[in-house]
Amino acid sequence: MAQAITVKDLVHSYGGKQVLRKISIEAGEGQIIGMLGPSGAGKTTLISILTGQLMPTGGICQVFGKDCRHMNGEDYQKLGIMMDSFGLYERMNCFDNLKFYQMLDGKNTDDIDPVLAQVGLSEAKKTLACDLSKGMRNRLAFARAILRRPQLLFLDEPTSGLDPMTTEAIHEMILAQKKKGATVFLTTHNMYEAQKLCDHIVLLNEGEIVESGSPQEICRRYNHQKKIRLHLVSGEDVQLQHDAKAGEKIAAYLASGTLETIHSTEPNLETVFMELTGKGLDK
Amino acid sequence: MRYHIKAILWKQIKDTLKNKTILIQFIMFPVMTVIMENAIELQNMPEHFFANLFAIMYVGMAPLTSIAAIIAEEKEKNTLRVLQMSNVKGGEYLLGNLIYIFVICTLGSLVIGLAGGYAGKTLLTFMAIMAAGHLISAVLGAAIGVISKNQMSATSLTVPVMMVFSFLPMLSMFNETIAKVAKVIYSQQLHLLLQDIQHPELSVQCMTVLSVNALVILAIFIFAYRKVFAISR
Repeated sequence: MAQAITVKDLVHSYGGKQVLRKISIEAGEGQIIGMLGPSGAGKTTLISILTGQLMPTGGICQVFGKDCRHMNGEDYQKLGIMMDSFGLYERMNCFDNLKFYQMLDGKNTDDIDPVLAQVGLSEAKKTLACDLSKGMRNRLAFARAILRRPQLLFLDEPTSGLDPMTTEAIHEMILAQKKKGATVFLTTHNMYEAQKLCDHIVLLNEGEIVESGSPQEICRRYNHQKKIRLHLVSGEDVQLQHDAKAGEKIAAYLASGTLETIHSTEPNLETVFMELTGKGLDK
Repeated sequence: MRYHIKAILWKQIKDTLKNKTILIQFIMFPVMTVIMENAIELQNMPEHFFANLFAIMYVGMAPLTSIAAIIAEEKEKNTLRVLQMSNVKGGEYLLGNLIYIFVICTLGSLVIGLAGGYAGKTLLTFMAIMAAGHLISAVLGAAIGVISKNQMSATSLTVPVMMVFSFLPMLSMFNETIAKVAKVIYSQQLHLLLQDIQHPELSVQCMTVLSVNALVILAIFIFAYRKVFAISR
């Protein structure tokens, strides 16, 4: 699989403080890669470096094999970027906000209506950006990011502060981009989002990678308990040690018709993060 | 580059029509000139008195405050960052804004000139003097906008600067000491040119002051531009 993002031993210092320490990441084309970490972990700094907005202090950072320090117009055509601050023109309506970016690329406006429909903003196309709700502004910023049909989409906290319905809608849009073959690089401090969307997760804490892998891999790696939890028809929960005897007991429960569901007891990403750093993802 | 500047001009026109703060800067002095020139006639009032007075205030105020506000707002709202990621170079962005401000202010100047009774060759001279002033003020305003982190800090910088360049020429009409001090600023030299517009003469002093002012302002602008646009990219 060709690499969309290659980061090796990346370091970045700001005001004498090291904000990224020897970061190494690889993201294959068509993958969704998530940077999971609390506020101040260095997620936005990493996106800023990968999108050429910030010069790193040292290390390798490449997007489609091109050094992020020297990105040009052609390279930017492959990228869709949605940062934590929306950067919308408040006194312009949704359509004009997108039209402006199409004009910058020397393109016509034919693509705007389908993209607005895709993000559910067709009815609000003439609404000024300043009159949009937070969720709608988020959708508009997302629409702007996908307007170029990017090969690589950078999303910085795309659902931060949104209600569950809008969050779900944004998730669907991200997965739709993946289906179209785009690589998605997203930052989040929401473990459910990371678990649901990402093929590969990097846990970042104070500028350092503390763990990485697929969500399932990471959770399995820290499954120290090795237990199976059974939920019985009676409402009772039974925990079994993960060994040969467990099979017999489960078979017995099944035969008696008292077993309702079987669950694993592996930790979730937040628990893993807490085990590794001693703090939660919301800190 | 052509697409970028065209798009920025389009965006500014769309945006300014709904931005009352900026819009008022462009139309306030032309409207005041029309009203005053038609409504007030004082004994021994020099020809084109109100037009000349408001023209220089327009030069010192409109381009400076409007471009500073536009750039500072783009920085505050992070739209400038998005533009940079859309491969718009700092130079293209500023050029687009400078062209826009220059064109709008030139139209405003035309209204002031016509309201003041200028016509033919004198009107062209008036427009040329105003154009020089708009250009210098716009570059100074752009420098302030680039330096400022947000609209609030831009306002706190533009107000004193604007007071100096727009009010000193007016106050110099009433006080000789102020007139002597004001000679070193470009707006006062332009004011003197306007006062003698029938026989305009670019004296050595006038040329020197205009050139030095323009060079100093350009240097401030380049310093600010490099500091803000060059570091991040």
